[in-house]
Amino acid sequence: MLSVMHLAQLNIAHMRAPVDSPELAEFVALLEPVNALADAAPGFVWRLKESETDPTATVVHDYGDHLLVNFSVWKSLDTLWNYVYRSPHLGVLRRRREWFLRVAEPYTVMWWIPEGHIPPLAEGMRRLERLKTEGPSPEAFTFKDSYSSSEAASLPAAAEARK
Amino acid sequence: MSSDDLDALALLHDPVRRSLYDVVAARGGDVGRGEAAEAAGVSRTLAGHHLDRLVEAGLLESGFRRPEKRGPGSGRPAKVYRRARGERSVSLPPRDYAILASVLAGVVELLGADEQAERAARDVGVRMAGGRRGEPVERVLRERGYEPYEEGGRVRLRNCPFHVLAEEQPVLVCSVNLALCEGLLEGLGDDPGRARLDPRPGECCVAFRVSKTNED
Repeated sequence: MLSVMHLAQLNIAHMRAPVDSPELAEFVALLEPVNALADAAPGFVWRLKESETDPTATVVHDYGDHLLVNFSVWKSLDTLWNYVYRSPHLGVLRRRREWFLRVAEPYTVMWWIPEGHIPPLAEGMRRLERLKTEGPSPEAFTFKDSYSSSEAASLPAAAEARK
Repeated sequence: MSSDDLDALALLHDPVRRSLYDVVAARGGDVGRGEAAEAAGVSRTLAGHHLDRLVEAGLLESGFRRPEKRGPGSGRPAKVYRRARGERSVSLPPRDYAILASVLAGVVELLGADEQAERAARDVGVRMAGGRRGEPVERVLRERGYEPYEEGGRVRLRNCPFHVLAEEQPVLVCSVNLALCEGLLEGLGDDPGRARLDPRPGECCVAFRVSKTNED
């Protein structure tokens, strides 16, 4: 029997100003309710958190202080879609240009992982690079060009992670 | 236009089938055979026959609802029907506005011109109200295919008329849709603030505060 596959998504946003600046204050204030919404959303599995106690703490990473990182795991494309676009999260997305720059290159990537596997952030960054250089594939895709878990299940990368 | 689409839609010429389709579509979820028969005022057997024809034609989908009791003696799962997700459309002469809309939505995205698109949508909304000042917004929304219904003090919209585009460019299309609805309210002489984004799965992203006159 095929093992259950989950969906990992990495999203990188280019902040207009430092996260602790007044320009980002309204966004930072929205972090707690929006994250609570994600945590309670059907199909939510996991997200990378900087702190278990401070819900406004954004993920600290080595890829540049102007980048805001969202990294999460979901049970399916549909459940992630419904959280992103069919919940009050949509209202926050509508305001994205107030806080984040438009970028021409891909800033979000998803891929299938075996249930129970939590990918490291570096893997997400590699997948995003792959999407940028090679375009969408079962190993690195977006909602616009998505692949089902069965299309990805036979890939060596997934087999590797299952070991 | 495909002949499949025309054949499927032609099935709705039959008044019983039409009314069964309307019953299932208006419920917004799974409807049992008996329930549909009762609402349409026909026998269960006749309803079952017609519902299955609608499934064959791809206008409805069927599934099975598990009986509430489990185990021996709980009976067979009941067959249920819901509106099919796929779209059917017929236009004579053939027209294809969806492709053009997709191109234009892509341009808005490339230009980052969301705000301009929302302003344009608001103007179109006002024009949509043309000459109907004072009429309830629900009536216009119903005619436009939004399928409004009331729930918990709000008017919600069962159907997204821009579904395919909303899947392609959700943020843009939902913002444009909200602006259209605000413009429509404005054109009707109503309060544009009644419309709010309140997306949930499987429905239109806009909901309205129930108006004072509706509560009378």
